[in-house]
Amino acid sequence: MGSYIGKSVKRREDARFLKGEGKYTDDIKLPNMTHMAFVRSPYASANVLSVDTSEAEKAEGVVAVFTAEDGCGQYGVPCGWQVNFKNGETMREPQHPLLAKDKIRHVGEPVAIVIAETQALARDAAELVAVEYEELPAVTNPKEAMKDGAPKVHDQFPDNMAFDWCIGNDRAEVEAALEKAHHVTELEFINQRLAPNAIEPRSYIADYDVNGDKWTLYTSTQNPHLIRLLMCAFVLGIPEHKVRVVSYDVGGGFGSKIYHYTEEALVTWVSREIARPVKWTADRSEAFLMDAHGRDHVVKSKMGFDKEGHIVAHLTDEYCSMGAYLSTFAPAIPTYLHGTLFQGLYKTPLIHLNVVAPFTHTVPVDAYRGAGRPEATYLIERLVSKGAKEMGMDPAEIRFKNFIEPFDGVNQPGYQTQVALQYDSGNYAPALEKALDAIGYKDFRKEQAEARKNGKLLGLGISTWIEGCGIAPSAVVGALGARAGLYEVGHVRVQPTGKVSVYTGTHSHGQGHETAFAQFVADRLGIPMDDVEIIHGDTEQVAFGMGTYGSRSLSVGGSAIVKSIEKVLEKGAKIAAHKLEASVEDLEYAGGKWTVKGTDKSISFGDVSLTAYVPHDYPQGLEPGLDFSSFYDPANFTFPFGAHLAIVEVDQDTGKVDLKRFVTCDDVGNIINPMIVDGQIHGGVVQGIGQALLEEVVFDESGQMITGSYMDYAMPRADDLPMIETHNTVTPCPHNPLGVKGAGEAGAIGSTPAVVNAVVDALWHLGVRDIQMPLTPQRVWKAMQQ
Amino acid sequence: MRISLTVNGKQYSHDVEPRLSLAHYLREVLNLTGTHIGCDTSSCGACTITLNGDAVKSCTLLAVQADGCEIVTIEGMANGAELHPIQESFKENHGLQCGFCTPGMVMTASDILKNNPNPTEEEIRHGLEGNFCRCTGYHNIVKSIQQAAEKINQ
Amino acid sequence: MIPAKFDYIKVSSINEAVDLVDKHGFDAKILAGGHSLIPAMKLRLNTPSILIDISGIEGMNEIKESGDEIIVGANCTHKQIMSSDLVKNQLNILAQTAATIGDVQVRNRGTIGGSLAHSDPSADYPATVLACDAKIEVTSKNGSRTIDAEDFFQGIFTTALEDDEIITAVRFPKVKDGNYQKFYQSASRFAVVGVAVVKDGNGVKVGITGVADTPYRAKAVEKAYDGSTDAATHAVDGVDVMSDHFADSEYRAHLAKVMVKKALA
Repeated sequence: MGSYIGKSVKRREDARFLKGEGKYTDDIKLPNMTHMAFVRSPYASANVLSVDTSEAEKAEGVVAVFTAEDGCGQYGVPCGWQVNFKNGETMREPQHPLLAKDKIRHVGEPVAIVIAETQALARDAAELVAVEYEELPAVTNPKEAMKDGAPKVHDQFPDNMAFDWCIGNDRAEVEAALEKAHHVTELEFINQRLAPNAIEPRSYIADYDVNGDKWTLYTSTQNPHLIRLLMCAFVLGIPEHKVRVVSYDVGGGFGSKIYHYTEEALVTWVSREIARPVKWTADRSEAFLMDAHGRDHVVKSKMGFDKEGHIVAHLTDEYCSMGAYLSTFAPAIPTYLHGTLFQGLYKTPLIHLNVVAPFTHTVPVDAYRGAGRPEATYLIERLVSKGAKEMGMDPAEIRFKNFIEPFDGVNQPGYQTQVALQYDSGNYAPALEKALDAIGYKDFRKEQAEARKNGKLLGLGISTWIEGCGIAPSAVVGALGARAGLYEVGHVRVQPTGKVSVYTGTHSHGQGHETAFAQFVADRLGIPMDDVEIIHGDTEQVAFGMGTYGSRSLSVGGSAIVKSIEKVLEKGAKIAAHKLEASVEDLEYAGGKWTVKGTDKSISFGDVSLTAYVPHDYPQGLEPGLDFSSFYDPANFTFPFGAHLAIVEVDQDTGKVDLKRFVTCDDVGNIINPMIVDGQIHGGVVQGIGQALLEEVVFDESGQMITGSYMDYAMPRADDLPMIETHNTVTPCPHNPLGVKGAGEAGAIGSTPAVVNAVVDALWHLGVRDIQMPLTPQRVWKAMQQ
Repeated sequence: MRISLTVNGKQYSHDVEPRLSLAHYLREVLNLTGTHIGCDTSSCGACTITLNGDAVKSCTLLAVQADGCEIVTIEGMANGAELHPIQESFKENHGLQCGFCTPGMVMTASDILKNNPNPTEEEIRHGLEGNFCRCTGYHNIVKSIQQAAEKINQ
Repeated sequence: MIPAKFDYIKVSSINEAVDLVDKHGFDAKILAGGHSLIPAMKLRLNTPSILIDISGIEGMNEIKESGDEIIVGANCTHKQIMSSDLVKNQLNILAQTAATIGDVQVRNRGTIGGSLAHSDPSADYPATVLACDAKIEVTSKNGSRTIDAEDFFQGIFTTALEDDEIITAVRFPKVKDGNYQKFYQSASRFAVVGVAVVKDGNGVKVGITGVADTPYRAKAVEKAYDGSTDAATHAVDGVDVMSDHFADSEYRAHLAKVMVKKALA
């Protein structure tokens, strides 16, 4: 019928959130529940000489105290992606213990846990655990970590290197092209470390059932099944079928709640030890120290152009921090989710990226909104804008000149990049044109010149972006080192009354799946949305799933559901044909009923459903029931794209950047719910603006995080921002049934370079060519002084 | 220590430890878990409630300080199934995604609109400076409060 | 985050409060709005064994006019100060200053007395208290005294308050021509630099916060003031300028000059 797809249906999840009736993990209270508190290292690098828990054990309300000596999770937390050296050598993979035994490798690393009757008493007792440390030198910058004599993170890997990897064309060929290029633009910068900062801190409750020898783990995760698999099979060695992982409402993730964290395994382990439920909820201070961070690349790039401004070659060398241990997807982020996007939207014929990934004395780095793709987009879009301006070309013009020609992936083949992947469909110029029109690009230069005369520094920045999302074809990622398949599961259970329960392995933590998924399910089945319920976040209800990240939920999870819907309709048609005394070929399905073509004979979806469960008058040989589960493994990644434009004004006296306008034109394929997509873009854009202007994790010499609270880590607030002006074009994805591409990360990928390009544009006439992010007033002012 | 206070129109009396924060009192003792805790430094605003009509951060108040006070939490905003105009506007304008900051946003919005029934966009943005949202980019939150002002003024 | 254990007493008179302070000495802390103290206690940076809540003392949350002065009770909240007609009409610089502190919720609870006693080097009030030549009224078991603004601030989190003294009020002269200018630290929203200027006939008084470990009167600016904004170049003369990752001493010194210039304009 198409009555819901494309409409801004209001979200059904809102009522509970707006009334304060959401069910976040920390809201759950179980009878007889205990609380866990951590004893954490104040040092980034140290030897643990002794741990004395005797005072803590005697403290009021204490149930138990555990250290590494007690043997919890002896195998440590595993890494889910193996990236090998370019010479074929295997990635170096240190053990990531649940509790540190002899050695501390980042501030906050836990040494002991205290279990007590209340949260307050657990914390009181944790203060009584006496740990003797010998502090050692630390290294936090990935480039510094690779220098001779740098402090060692893992003694068995004396050069601190996890892997040394490359992608693209032959390096010598790229270098030769750069030699010959008409113009070469260069950039050296740090894509700074960010803390994801979902506003809900991570929270876990484990509940061990002695009689059934079973566990329930309530966890604020983006992927309950993956957590269960990793924890059971690799960390604790407990049977997977005995563990139920539940993730009800989750207060934002942005990547940081994908990974299997040590604390999850610890509560699960402790719960059996003490045969009582155990809860732990992170403080914000703990979140800063323990949640996987994002970005942290030290970058050196060169891009060569011919006389007309065509890009001829691109060469980048990076040091990308892994942190102290390899987090779940960490090795994939600066490699297969980063290097594979170095084509950008351009016909660049020669590309080479080399990534050295060191260990540092810092909390692990992993995917944070966009994960590798914002870093790629940032450097490409900075290089293109800088190159254009150096050559006296218009930064919009140079982009049009270099864009890959339109291809829809159906009539024209996908575009084969120089960096392994094949783009599915793309039509890049219209997105940029639309954004330029919306911002009034033609008139801007006049306005800028006028403003300059009045002492105002206005600038406009352009960024175009592409990303590979809809993660991902299992065979492809398997070949690239993933230790998991990245298909999705969609289960459609038609109830006897024709009401439909849909179980998805994806997980919503703000994305509105309960609404958007119900929209397309209702449309496909031609039934009211109210007849469709979406269920997620419980391993005992949902057969399996890989969770939500990498803008995959609709394109992969949605497609799995569509597969099951097709099976429902196929079987339903057989039942309908039997009831209508017609052949299946003579039926058509529309508006929630099967009709014999050219007649008014029909049977409704509800009647067919009832017949399936009360099969008295029923096709011979057909199983009763109307209940299908499907695994969908995508044929390719999806490749949404778009253009982001920013206008800024820089205060001459203080260097403060005032973001005046932000305009987007994004193409995320077909859109199910425009309101939700816009919301995703707004949020992503603002996180990207946060990176450009405000956010940065800073360590001091000894490895202390000096931005470990909201008093020192700056994030965008409402009054830092203008309204975000969103537009879109639609280029459907050719390889999934809904034609959708993914919108979750888009905003964060495109916005950062747009803002920085705008500031550099405002200051170009003063000789400013680049400023290190975040563009704090201090940095901008200093750049203006040079 | 014994405290007595009114929460969402209901009278409560409990013995509490002086160190118990009002946020924890609401969540742990009264089971009003709509008030969330998102930071340690009075920065994020997820725990915002109103105390004698003013928005305050309940993580930075001891329960004992609220003795004798009148408190409204997010659970007290709707009238049964009927949402408060601010809640309604948040729904209509997609002013929330993960929902975690939402209770604090709604309670702060109630303070903004109480003191300034016709706020400009700038005044709304300034009024929200004590509340973090990591999902929405604030765009639809600002729109929600603009619409709530119109609804309330009607 | 949960503070360590402590006892709590809510007093109803200043005498009761000073008696308790006298009795418990170092172990006691005064609780007013709690917006500096409670966060520090949650982080267990501060672990008093008893809190003496003075928020209920009658009269301490009033703003009064007394001759040429405006007397602001120590328990007045920032919100109360910024929205008081009396302050807006007679001492607008103070209303302006209060309006820049924290956020809506913090201003609804935080008090002027608490902020001054805590003496964060990046707090806003000190600049204005200094520029106005305000007087801080304090009381202890031994009686009351008045401390001049210039004597009050003595260093990071350090004031002229004796351990047994409690701020009861701040007395400001009425100010017609005052101006507070603040450059916000982008995370905490404290002042990287806060400058208060009070003009009086030909002269000017300038208070600066956020720049040095102690807020100060910019005497060099005051001396050089010629009616124009040129004197701003003397904003940090003789001052040891603080440095952090938001603003190193070079940038902070520059900002101080910019903000003094703005405040003088």
